[in-house]
Amino acid sequence: MSALLAPRVIGQPLERLDGRAKLLGTAPYAFEHPVNDPLYVCPVQATIARGRITAIDPAAAEALDGVAAVITHMNAPRLASDADAELWVLQSDVVNFRGQFIGAVIAEAPEIAQHAAALVRVTYAEEPHDAMLSADRDDLYAPATVNPDYATDTAEGDVGAALAKAAVAIDATYTTPMEHNNPMEPHTTIALWSDDAFTLYDSTQGVHSMRSTLAPVFGLAPERIRVIAPYVGGGFGSKGTAHAHNVLAGLAAQVVPGRPIKFALTRQQMFALAGYRTPTIQRIRLGADRDGRLTAIVHDVIEQTSRFKEFAEQTAVPTRIMYAAPNRRTTHRLAALDVPVPSWMRAPGETPGMFALEAAMDELAIACDLDPIELRIRNEPPADPESGKPWSGRNLIGCLREGARRFGWEGRDPRPRVRRKDGWLVGTGVASSTYPAYRLPGSRATIRYGADQRYVVGIGAADIGTGSWTVLTQIAADALGCPIESVRLEIGDTALPTASVEGGSSGLNCWGSAIIAAVRAFREAHGGDPAAGAEIGADMPENPDAERFAMHSFGAQFAEVHVHEDTGEIRVPRMLGVFSAGRIINPRTARSQLIGGMTMGLSMALHEESILDPRFGHVVNHDFAGYHIAANADIGELDAIWLEEVDPHANPMGARGIGEIGIVGAAAAIANAAYHATGIRVRDLPLTPDKFLS
Amino acid sequence: MTPFAYERAADAASAVARVSGHPRAAFLGAGTNLVDHMKLGIAAPELLVDVSRLPFDRIEPLPGGGVRIGAAVRNSDLAADLTIRARYPALAQALLAGASAQLRNLATTAGNLMQRTRCVYFQDLTTPCNKRTPGSGCAAREGYTRYHAILGASEHCVATHPSDMAVAMAALDAVVVVRDSLGERRIPLVEFHRLPGDAPERDTVLEHGELITAVELPALPFAARSAYRKVRERASYAFALVSVAAALDIADGVVREARIALGGVAHKPWRAARAETALRGAAPTVENFRAAADAELALAKPLDGNAFKVALTRNTVVATLRSLANGDGR
Repeated sequence: MSALLAPRVIGQPLERLDGRAKLLGTAPYAFEHPVNDPLYVCPVQATIARGRITAIDPAAAEALDGVAAVITHMNAPRLASDADAELWVLQSDVVNFRGQFIGAVIAEAPEIAQHAAALVRVTYAEEPHDAMLSADRDDLYAPATVNPDYATDTAEGDVGAALAKAAVAIDATYTTPMEHNNPMEPHTTIALWSDDAFTLYDSTQGVHSMRSTLAPVFGLAPERIRVIAPYVGGGFGSKGTAHAHNVLAGLAAQVVPGRPIKFALTRQQMFALAGYRTPTIQRIRLGADRDGRLTAIVHDVIEQTSRFKEFAEQTAVPTRIMYAAPNRRTTHRLAALDVPVPSWMRAPGETPGMFALEAAMDELAIACDLDPIELRIRNEPPADPESGKPWSGRNLIGCLREGARRFGWEGRDPRPRVRRKDGWLVGTGVASSTYPAYRLPGSRATIRYGADQRYVVGIGAADIGTGSWTVLTQIAADALGCPIESVRLEIGDTALPTASVEGGSSGLNCWGSAIIAAVRAFREAHGGDPAAGAEIGADMPENPDAERFAMHSFGAQFAEVHVHEDTGEIRVPRMLGVFSAGRIINPRTARSQLIGGMTMGLSMALHEESILDPRFGHVVNHDFAGYHIAANADIGELDAIWLEEVDPHANPMGARGIGEIGIVGAAAAIANAAYHATGIRVRDLPLTPDKFLS
Repeated sequence: MTPFAYERAADAASAVARVSGHPRAAFLGAGTNLVDHMKLGIAAPELLVDVSRLPFDRIEPLPGGGVRIGAAVRNSDLAADLTIRARYPALAQALLAGASAQLRNLATTAGNLMQRTRCVYFQDLTTPCNKRTPGSGCAAREGYTRYHAILGASEHCVATHPSDMAVAMAALDAVVVVRDSLGERRIPLVEFHRLPGDAPERDTVLEHGELITAVELPALPFAARSAYRKVRERASYAFALVSVAAALDIADGVVREARIALGGVAHKPWRAARAETALRGAAPTVENFRAAADAELALAKPLDGNAFKVALTRNTVVATLRSLANGDGR
């Protein structure tokens, strides 16, 4: 790795540089960019889960005052590439899932568009659909790889023999339900088609990745698409890839050249059209000796994808690196259903997978009569069990021990259902967390010295609420050796140098490395006293250490859980997360990311469950009254801290990225604490009162 | 959403006349439920007559010790009223257990009574629902029934009434005062909402054009010892899985009077008359509380997805009565 940046501004808890503008409402989100004379889109959605459209009659809609056009597969502009079936919008009569776009009204006002959309008459030739995931299906298949490109299965040693002769064995099946990302800002696009080129104001996690995805779909050179996204109200992965609404907005814009199209999904539409986390059925088998040393780890996963486009969540992948054992196996099998396409949701793979693994480890600790922290310490692998590579920094034990000290773990009575407080059963639990340090290719940054004696730092990065505006400015200031006031950052625009998508907790690593490389190139070319207008760009450099080391972050999650003896209500008054993620660039925004992730993990543990009614094929609790997300009252004393450390192999910042690790393991810690409180082991999320009723 | 006309009523008489004279007209209170329904396409009134500013915003004492609550009193104002808090604590607690602070600041007393079920199939135009489209079938019965009825349902509808406030009012012997062009009538709250039977599209006994002007609570001295217990998954801003409103009059070691109503279990706030009868004259013991709950729940017919509600209701009734008998939270 090239030289570490000397910390000066990095490490300081700067307030968000964009905070004031957001508070005042002057930071424009996608829908708010001022455009002239916009038109509005309301989609028509399929009301069957599989089949063909036999007739679609827009006449009544077209006849309404204020309707500019109605587009369907009969008259929509032709797209160029069907390589991504999710983006092949309004191109055929085929219905792949309930809720699919089958038409759209373009009108002078959103209310008119909505009214008109309800007047479009559709008849179908419905075909039997299949929307029910189960473990005993006979058509489960192994995908070629799992997201993004991991091996589907891994095997080492002889797990069958090891399990057969294990002194202690756990064999349990855990399930997680379908879950939906619900960023506060819905998926939104303003699209303008003018001079055979697009301008898109989009709520996206990556302007350049959006452009490179849409260009072939519309048959355009990438330079003819400009994507602008300076501020994004949350994404969690659901805005990390283009979805059908981006294409529908583009098609609508092509129908009315010169007039901007505004399109925001409703909350209900987001449950069909913005991706989701697949439900998972996970069987875990652990074998151990009497002392709790693992002899076998098996993690077999069953999950779903859509029949028309595959997405395979990498649920068992974290198990490959977590603990040492001579005999190990992981597998992923999919059911292809007539449902919307699953996609990324905060820490895909790690989030559901570590729920199962870490709950199973708790069960093993009990079976071995060992403290669950001690069990994990005994199974600490000296090197990555999967690759054999040394760790760039693995301080799981440090996280567990520091957390135990702060949480008051010492002297914990392991017996379940023996602590009561005002009618509530009380328990505590712990779980490990982990997340890889991803490194995505393709980021570039430029540095320009302006006439105002400020350095303009340009990179098409995204800030989806994470703090990129602030931390990238800090990194640039330290690289330049100047105060932050002398840095003017520009992000969120394809007119800027290319940046990788804000995904896989990789933004800081990739964009920060590119900025430092650009600054170093700038200083080399222009010295410490540059002329106004001096400018240079640089690509994110190679990092040979990324190949030499296994690079992952780790953490320990602790939870106190109360379960009401009469009603089974479950509350989490206290949580602590301790993380090892390399250097923390901004403690304020970092803490916000980590406690945000833990809150999402608590929400997953207690609340979140999309109910896909298999008779219809759609999520029926598709709003915030039906799909529960933790409210303020659900969150008690919740804190996140980190070990002070630097990963010298990660990048010049010494930082590994923290956007996702906060959610990983949180649900297991809560489920383990719920067992400790009640003596009832719930292996199926969410942990709802009925599961604890006696 | 379809186009509609909006008018602000000058007085109650003209509001009643306007709505009575137009078959597709509806009264508009705060709109916290009706406007949602219009956006979802499950209500399409052609005329909205706004009655939220009519002078029904007072909470007044009644001769004989009762209280008259104006139809337009906001839920948050009613919850904060000192008389309500002291004499009918179950009602104040129920109001504060409902919705969110923002919604409570807006929602009215009459609107709360008139809100419709949150059954996901009722709220989804693309699925069958006898309540929304009579004769189309009930998608819920064989579907997602976690929030559905275990008492008083029919083959046509298994929806529940979502109100917390109305459950407390049902326990407190409230009376709904309504008027039409001919005059006023008074309907006991427990008779105001209907069971679904074969006409689930009708939530209440109101006729088109009848306007709620007030809800009256009788003097019920022992209601000072009353409570509302709501069980929900999320700690706030969630509809009840099960709720219990109860008041106990205990003297000389026996229950002289009891009032119990259940929420989240039926198409209407469910007055637990059998449980009350079982308790009258009995000692206030956990065993008797359980027997009373079981007497009521003998009628329960749970669905596949909500069988847990029987035990949950029993436990919550027992816990609420036990807490009242112990004098907790007074």
